[in-house]
Amino acid sequence: MSGHSNYQPSSAFGKWFHDRLPIYAFVKDTVLDFPTPRNLNYWWTFGGILTVMLLVQIISGVVLVMHYTPEVGSAFNSVEHIMRDVNYGWMFRYMHANGASMFFMAVYIHMFRGMFFGSYKAPREVLWMIGVIIFLLLMAIAFMGYVLPWGQMSFWGAKVITSLFSAIPFVGDSITTWLWGGYSVDNPTLNRFFSLHYLLPFVLAGVVGLHIWALHVPGNNNPTGISVKGPQDTIPFHPYYTIKDGFAIVIFLMFYSLFIFYGPNYLGDAINYAPANPLSTPAHIKPEWYFLPFYAILRAVPDKLFGVIAMFSAILVLFALPWLDTSKVRSGNYRPIFKGFFLIFVIVCIALGYLGSRPPEGVYVFWSRICSIYYFAHFLIVLPMLGLLESPSPLPSSIADDVLAKSMPNDMVPAE
Amino acid sequence: MFKIAALVATSLGLVLPLGHAVAAEGRDAAHIGYSFEGPFGKFDRAQLQRGYKVYKEVCSNCHSMRFISFRNLADKGGPGFTGDQVKTLAASYKIKDGPNDAGDMFERDGLPSDRFPWAFANEEAAKAANGGALPPDLSLITKAREGWHGTLNQMWNGIGGPQYVYSLLTGYEEPTGEVAKEKPEGKYYNPYFTSGLWIAMPPPLSDGQVAFDDGSPNKVADMSKDVSAFLAWTAEPKLEERKQTGFTVMIYLAVLAALLYLVKQRVWRDVH
Repeated sequence: MSGHSNYQPSSAFGKWFHDRLPIYAFVKDTVLDFPTPRNLNYWWTFGGILTVMLLVQIISGVVLVMHYTPEVGSAFNSVEHIMRDVNYGWMFRYMHANGASMFFMAVYIHMFRGMFFGSYKAPREVLWMIGVIIFLLLMAIAFMGYVLPWGQMSFWGAKVITSLFSAIPFVGDSITTWLWGGYSVDNPTLNRFFSLHYLLPFVLAGVVGLHIWALHVPGNNNPTGISVKGPQDTIPFHPYYTIKDGFAIVIFLMFYSLFIFYGPNYLGDAINYAPANPLSTPAHIKPEWYFLPFYAILRAVPDKLFGVIAMFSAILVLFALPWLDTSKVRSGNYRPIFKGFFLIFVIVCIALGYLGSRPPEGVYVFWSRICSIYYFAHFLIVLPMLGLLESPSPLPSSIADDVLAKSMPNDMVPAE
Repeated sequence: MFKIAALVATSLGLVLPLGHAVAAEGRDAAHIGYSFEGPFGKFDRAQLQRGYKVYKEVCSNCHSMRFISFRNLADKGGPGFTGDQVKTLAASYKIKDGPNDAGDMFERDGLPSDRFPWAFANEEAAKAANGGALPPDLSLITKAREGWHGTLNQMWNGIGGPQYVYSLLTGYEEPTGEVAKEKPEGKYYNPYFTSGLWIAMPPPLSDGQVAFDDGSPNKVADMSKDVSAFLAWTAEPKLEERKQTGFTVMIYLAVLAALLYLVKQRVWRDVH
């Protein structure tokens, strides 16, 4: 990020300022002129979309905090105060609540994109691992945020998830008591969740900074998966990708707005509009949709401790992904057998999400087990084996050749 | 291959009867329509006013309405009472206030800023008067109850909250067969009730119970529809503002997206 800069200040003031804080040169080199592969498709716009979503969540969250009260007797009422008495309070709350879902939707697409195009492979292992840390932080933030309105599902969701820690041998109960700040989910729990829900997004923003830094060292991966070989393979980020990302962001905002304005409670659970009641357990306790695949893995294992281990392993296995995939070819476009297995993996993840929303009985448990086993087998058996057994299709010689070949009729492809 | 086929067959066999069992748990609410549905839906002012009357004369005898003040009845996008009507209405209630300078609680006439008062002093009093069951607060009831289930069903039809209230109010039946023998003391049979078939609330409405000023029909079904619409407004008083703002936002974003797309095509012309 620090090399020689092409930036020459054009005015006396510009030079004076540049000698003291070369911030414009920094932005010019790392954002505006940053050489980016010329063939990035729309799956690559989700990084920009996620940055926008982080900003939307922080801004709407800061506004909500101005009117919210983190106290068990008033939390639910203060949320309704926001909905009814604060100017545009309903809009900020619906933006924030649905924003969490949009954030996860974009993050899942971003992750699947990385998995399909091999964006985690050398030299981008650290970039990928920082991404997994961001995903973990995001889950913690979303979970604690869901507790704040102090509805029925807020309370019982918090109870179920924090109780998972009691599965740890010997010290489990002590840890749970420590997490709760008492002997049950109560006011101290709400206070600390509120504190962390406000703090962690700023930590997340810092880790996103590292993620972008780690991206700028090797540069973007691209749909062919082959490395940039020269200036003919790249274009400056601005204006090409600012405008392409900008268009994609607005389309995403339209999708997001459909939820905010026309189905604001569709993704939520109706019972969370009933205030938390420690004496009455809801019929079906289930988390928000974005946790359902992991919830299904948790419940697929008959033993509580091993269920918790399986659930966390389902995320931790992602850290090892760069070394589990033995194929030298990055992009799935040139891996005929991998393509099929990738599709099965996506279907299994969606199936796990569905199974997580069903009661843990009968056939649902059976299929949760099959899908959970397959989830791990994809990482631990399929990917290591495929790299050794599969023969990839021929790769294009360079990004520029690939772009030219696609934009010309077949008989005009230049000879290699 | 045979193993897999057998597996699929077995699991299908398990799924199908299970689907039935779930359906039998609670009856889906009636699919009645309301004026406030759809992207341009608005509340029917006259219906909300009638619904308020049903609430005031019947529901409010037991149920609380913690999040609504008298002033809300004159809010934009609501039942459309005038400011003067609301003042008169509020003043017809006695509100306990205090303590005053002497340290005593006192009663005064209601003000538009007062919340709807509850008939009971506290939850325990409400339970004692209702056979041990606490009548739930009604402010948010149409957002806290689902009339039907299913991811796609709810995407197109909403969660059916107002329909749930309507179906519950009109859905009292005489139980038949085996079910009738299980009748718990002081409970009533209602197949629409979300937590079991037996509800502690006696059938609250009877034909002609509430007389409307404009002579609108007042059979149980009419009053149920009016009061469920009123409760949809109490749960989501900003519904009209939300849908109107949403329309402007969507138009704005669509135009912006079109312009960005054209600029993008122009910028990228030489790269492709």
